[in-house]
Amino acid sequence: MSWISNTLTSSIGRKIVMATTGLFLCSFLVVHLLINLQLLRHDGGASFNFWAEFMGTNPIIRFMEIVLMLGFAIHIYQGLALAWKNKKARGAQGYVVNHSEQNSQWSSRNMALLGTLLLIFLIIHLMNFWVRSRFDAFGGLAMVKVPNLDHPVGDLYSVAAASFKIPWYVALYAVAQIALGYHLWHGFRSGFQTLGLKHPKYTPAVYYTGYVFSVVISVLFALVPVVMFFDDQYQPRQATNQKVEQSLTEEPDVLR
Amino acid sequence: MAGSNPNAKPMNLTLKVWRQKNRVSEGGIVDYKVKDISPDMSFLEMLDVLNEDLLRQGQEPVAFDHDCREGICGSCNLFINGRAHGPEQGTTTCQLHMRKFSDGDTITIEPWRAAAFPINKDLSVDRSAFDRIIQAGGYVSINTGGTPDANEIPIPKNIADRAFEAATCIGCGACVAACKNASAMLFVSAKVSQLALLPQGHIERKTRVENMVAQMDKEGFGACTNIGSCAAECPVGISLENIATLNQEFLSAKATSNNLA
Repeated sequence: MSWISNTLTSSIGRKIVMATTGLFLCSFLVVHLLINLQLLRHDGGASFNFWAEFMGTNPIIRFMEIVLMLGFAIHIYQGLALAWKNKKARGAQGYVVNHSEQNSQWSSRNMALLGTLLLIFLIIHLMNFWVRSRFDAFGGLAMVKVPNLDHPVGDLYSVAAASFKIPWYVALYAVAQIALGYHLWHGFRSGFQTLGLKHPKYTPAVYYTGYVFSVVISVLFALVPVVMFFDDQYQPRQATNQKVEQSLTEEPDVLR
Repeated sequence: MAGSNPNAKPMNLTLKVWRQKNRVSEGGIVDYKVKDISPDMSFLEMLDVLNEDLLRQGQEPVAFDHDCREGICGSCNLFINGRAHGPEQGTTTCQLHMRKFSDGDTITIEPWRAAAFPINKDLSVDRSAFDRIIQAGGYVSINTGGTPDANEIPIPKNIADRAFEAATCIGCGACVAACKNASAMLFVSAKVSQLALLPQGHIERKTRVENMVAQMDKEGFGACTNIGSCAAECPVGISLENIATLNQEFLSAKATSNNLA
């Protein structure tokens, strides 16, 4: 096994770990965004709660959740470790004058900073949504009925609707998406470069896809809390206790 | 003077030069004034003027590396106004001319900064780390004997061109100097790509990339994060594509070589 660990701890091996985990996390963003967009349906959160229940109970998704956590953990650890190593490689004395803005993009040089901002956001975000939905000790969810399921499901919609009525929280989410956008702006194409997937015919398409991907993902992610803040239609249910049951009359559009 | 611009006015400049006695001593920026610099001078000739002034005043001249002064040896290596080899694209310090600056300019001159490139003195750095990386695998072993016929091994023109482009690396170290991570991957990738493209290099293809990368890591260079400063500052235009090739070569060598370490 030593050749494997030697490969993965070499400078190129670490890059490859960053690239594979990073591109995997990109695929997670797509799924997350698709479900977030359900929040904007005018169905009192029925679609969103249905998919939140699906993501929380489906065995394949639950397994992938562990893979996802590992992906995050490795990407974060490796990113911080690399940033530390790379800082040391410059030496104790840096440049007195350095105009790196003339030879490279800001986002490319600040991936560790952007990643750290995203990590802070991730912790706040997980505490509010993921931890609460999984552990009753940390708040838990009120239960609601959704039309196509015979059992009540957690009302994660209300957590989102309530959270996104708080101005600083909406601002935090919007700003975090700017960091995400810049992180992806460099990260997407960089992942392909690291894996050696470079070809004069396809690399321009990879760059272009990466730029579109970063803008679309971050703008749509930011749009959800902003729209929910300004539109009075999105209101949390009043949760008097953990067992509030509310029947939703309308069936979610996706399941019609 | 032949070829000089008769309208060019001599310039007076302020130089902020990194001075450092030796490897262990602490360095710092020292200000100098140089007068009557011809715009036709190269940057190194301007430093020669400074050094003559310093010698006349009985001061220690500024140490800097230079050799051919025609942009092919890769010896000159100055970080000028925050850019490797100065503000001009695709040129070495010796090919940078003073006409790119204006009268009254302040120019900051620093050595390459990398843990793997210790400073010998002032602006001169020790780049023997590059030599050790080349010694680790940047060569082709051949048996001695009669000179082989030039066209004995057929190589497609486009492959030969790509290999030649990679081979133009002069090993100046601007890639390391410009990189935020002080990574040497553009340098290593140029040699690895060149020899991976050519049939002569195929015999040692796997061990070459494994050994060169191992030596690169051992020297304390940083890891590439695909920022692209290196290729932007490279005086001979080695492209980032070579780093993608290096990654490919490394991964496939690690996956398939018989080397278990």
